[in-house]
Amino acid sequence: MSEKKAILSGNEAIARGVWEAGVRLASAYPGTPSTEILENVKNYKDIYSEWAPNEKVALEVGIGSSIAGARTLVTMKHVGINVAADPLFTFSYTGVNGGLILVSADDPAMHSSQNEQDNRNYGRFAKVPVIEPSDSQECKDFVATALELSEEFDTPVIYRTTTRTSHSKSIVTLGERTEQPGKVELIKDMPKYTMLPVSAKKRHPLVEERIVKLKEYAETTPLNRVEMHDTKIGVITNGISYQYVREALPEASILKLGLTYPLPENKIKEFAGKVDKLMIVEEGDPFFEDQIKVMGVKVDHGKDLFPLLGELSAAFIKAQVSGVATELKDAAVDLPGRPPAFCPGCSHRGIFTILKKLKVFVSGDIGCYTLGALPPMSAMHACVCMGASISMGHGMAKVVENSDDMSQKVVSVIGDSTFFHSGMTSLLNCIYNKSNSVAMILDNRTTGMTGGQENPGSGRTLSGEEAITADIPALVKAFGIKNVVKIDPYNLVDIEEKMKVALASDEMTVVVVEAPCVLRYRISHPPLKVDAEKCTACKRCLTVSCNALSLEEKGDDSFVVIDPNMCAGCGVCAQVCKFDAIGE
Amino acid sequence: METTNILLAGVGGQGVLLASQIFTSVAIEADLDVKQSEVHGMSQRGGSVTSHVRFGDKVYSPTIDPGEADFLIGFERLETLRNVHCLRPGGTIIYNSMRINPSTVAAGVAEYPDEIAAKIAAFGEKTFQVDGLGLGQEAGNPRSANVVMVGAVSSFLPLPESLWEEKIRELLPPKLVDLNLKAFHLGREAV
Repeated sequence: MSEKKAILSGNEAIARGVWEAGVRLASAYPGTPSTEILENVKNYKDIYSEWAPNEKVALEVGIGSSIAGARTLVTMKHVGINVAADPLFTFSYTGVNGGLILVSADDPAMHSSQNEQDNRNYGRFAKVPVIEPSDSQECKDFVATALELSEEFDTPVIYRTTTRTSHSKSIVTLGERTEQPGKVELIKDMPKYTMLPVSAKKRHPLVEERIVKLKEYAETTPLNRVEMHDTKIGVITNGISYQYVREALPEASILKLGLTYPLPENKIKEFAGKVDKLMIVEEGDPFFEDQIKVMGVKVDHGKDLFPLLGELSAAFIKAQVSGVATELKDAAVDLPGRPPAFCPGCSHRGIFTILKKLKVFVSGDIGCYTLGALPPMSAMHACVCMGASISMGHGMAKVVENSDDMSQKVVSVIGDSTFFHSGMTSLLNCIYNKSNSVAMILDNRTTGMTGGQENPGSGRTLSGEEAITADIPALVKAFGIKNVVKIDPYNLVDIEEKMKVALASDEMTVVVVEAPCVLRYRISHPPLKVDAEKCTACKRCLTVSCNALSLEEKGDDSFVVIDPNMCAGCGVCAQVCKFDAIGE
Repeated sequence: METTNILLAGVGGQGVLLASQIFTSVAIEADLDVKQSEVHGMSQRGGSVTSHVRFGDKVYSPTIDPGEADFLIGFERLETLRNVHCLRPGGTIIYNSMRINPSTVAAGVAEYPDEIAAKIAAFGEKTFQVDGLGLGQEAGNPRSANVVMVGAVSSFLPLPESLWEEKIRELLPPKLVDLNLKAFHLGREAV
């Protein structure tokens, strides 16, 4: 019988792996580089899967499913674990019934993230094991091992990937689904699942014992593998770094760790004893290095050669070990960058055009609208994490002296999915504590930046079933906010007038912008044209930062042209033109 | 087979990922080990996109390091120039000569570099310019420029023509197969 093979990304392979391992429920909040896991899981009809409004909710749904005995998957990006940390740390105490794996998709080099935290640290902090695959085959295969480990040791398992394991494709041999061993039913076990001090005090020692047992397991599990070659150099490595090391140092002996917390002390000492020089190659923090040094093992090279910032690569490792850098041709210099921008027709364009004009301080949030911070728009001045815009804006408004100086006024800007994620509590705080800030909720009925996923406002679930469309203005009013204003994001006069009123008010105003994402919902109007006779090439329209517009220079004559294939006919550029040169 | 490294570079929306998929599918069918890597996310909004395709007897790293690419496939000329240093000595550049303005250029705050063709030629020992847009149009749709580029590269690889055709049939929606097969052949004959 020939084996079934496919080329899968790490994320697709994890989805396949959970299906094969009999997982019953999967929950997640989208976040790069984790999003495609659930988008693929939804295609396996044996698994119930859903988008949760945030990562904490996703994990709590997962905990419920696990307590009920079902094998469970929960996925999120690395910073999502910060949101889900509260349930995680106590779930470590209760342990599981059905096995649960929590995927943490880390993003070294911050391809699409606000920080590059190393979530292996969460394993140590929450006292739960961490498993790390290094290619798509392992992404699939380690899932079953992780679920068995979860059930055997009564613990959630952190399943850590990085952008390169999540998004790289490699060949995977496929298997079939095996239903989970245990039964799904509710069994009342108060001392195990009800974390009052009286029961938690009994659970904590079990957690400590569990780590000791896991250390023993780490010594023998095939997840940790020794590949003995030449003994001059021995490398301890994990995840994608293993692939780089194999490529860069084909002769080196390797201890490849698949269970990266807790560490196998004896195995490490034995390996270290067999090689002349011990190197530790790990992206991110000196997570292995610090622990291995504490074991009393001499580490010849670690973070001194392989720094904690960004990503490693085969060429870099080779150069650092040999001390000889490959001679490279110089890259072309001074090229204009190609940053991502609002799509032609995007409803955020008009909003940021006016916010820039008003010269206010914009407290931003995480989503497509964060692109409003980039030049030439340059109209967002702070952005920290999901849901923070409104609470940060409130804090600013409370301490800055109230004046007519627009530069000292703050507008908080948040999208619909981010509002549902954690902006609602921030807004409740504002009205409770008598904020006089202005919050704008840009409701484009999708989770845009991660590729247009459904959310509680979009009217559909992950599986495509019809669902509620949460009514944001009604919700805001229910909080007790009186000034709820709707604006049309394609009418610049409307935006400016209403924003001026809101900014002059002593009371909190919430501006709701309802305009579906043009990319997700494929919304387009007939393209606009520039009347070259009227155009003076003043470049005013170019400040709205639309890729459909460009300046054409023909000899002495220059004028703006609109690419009809890109223009969505939104009319924002036409409204900023002082010469009435843009029309249908 | 020694590992072949193909770096594809273009702009979000140009079909760089579909082109990568054709390469990886053909390589698998030829019984080779394959890895492909790209970064999704911010690139979806008209930003720069690169995709790394590697195939051979055994492939470890999914990414191609600077100075290691056997082929640089440029889908746009500025993006080609941006990645020329990734080419290995003696490597081949095949690029679509079309221009897409970055938002900074469109906004008039940066200039699109001139004489890109000469600058690219100065890097690669073997450089081929392909009128991807024109040939795509000839095939029936300028959007098939990505498959024109696949066709152009295919003529340098020791993999049978029928295999490429088979994978194009598999990967594209039935309605677009004939058009893309034409695009593929126009590209294959263009270099």
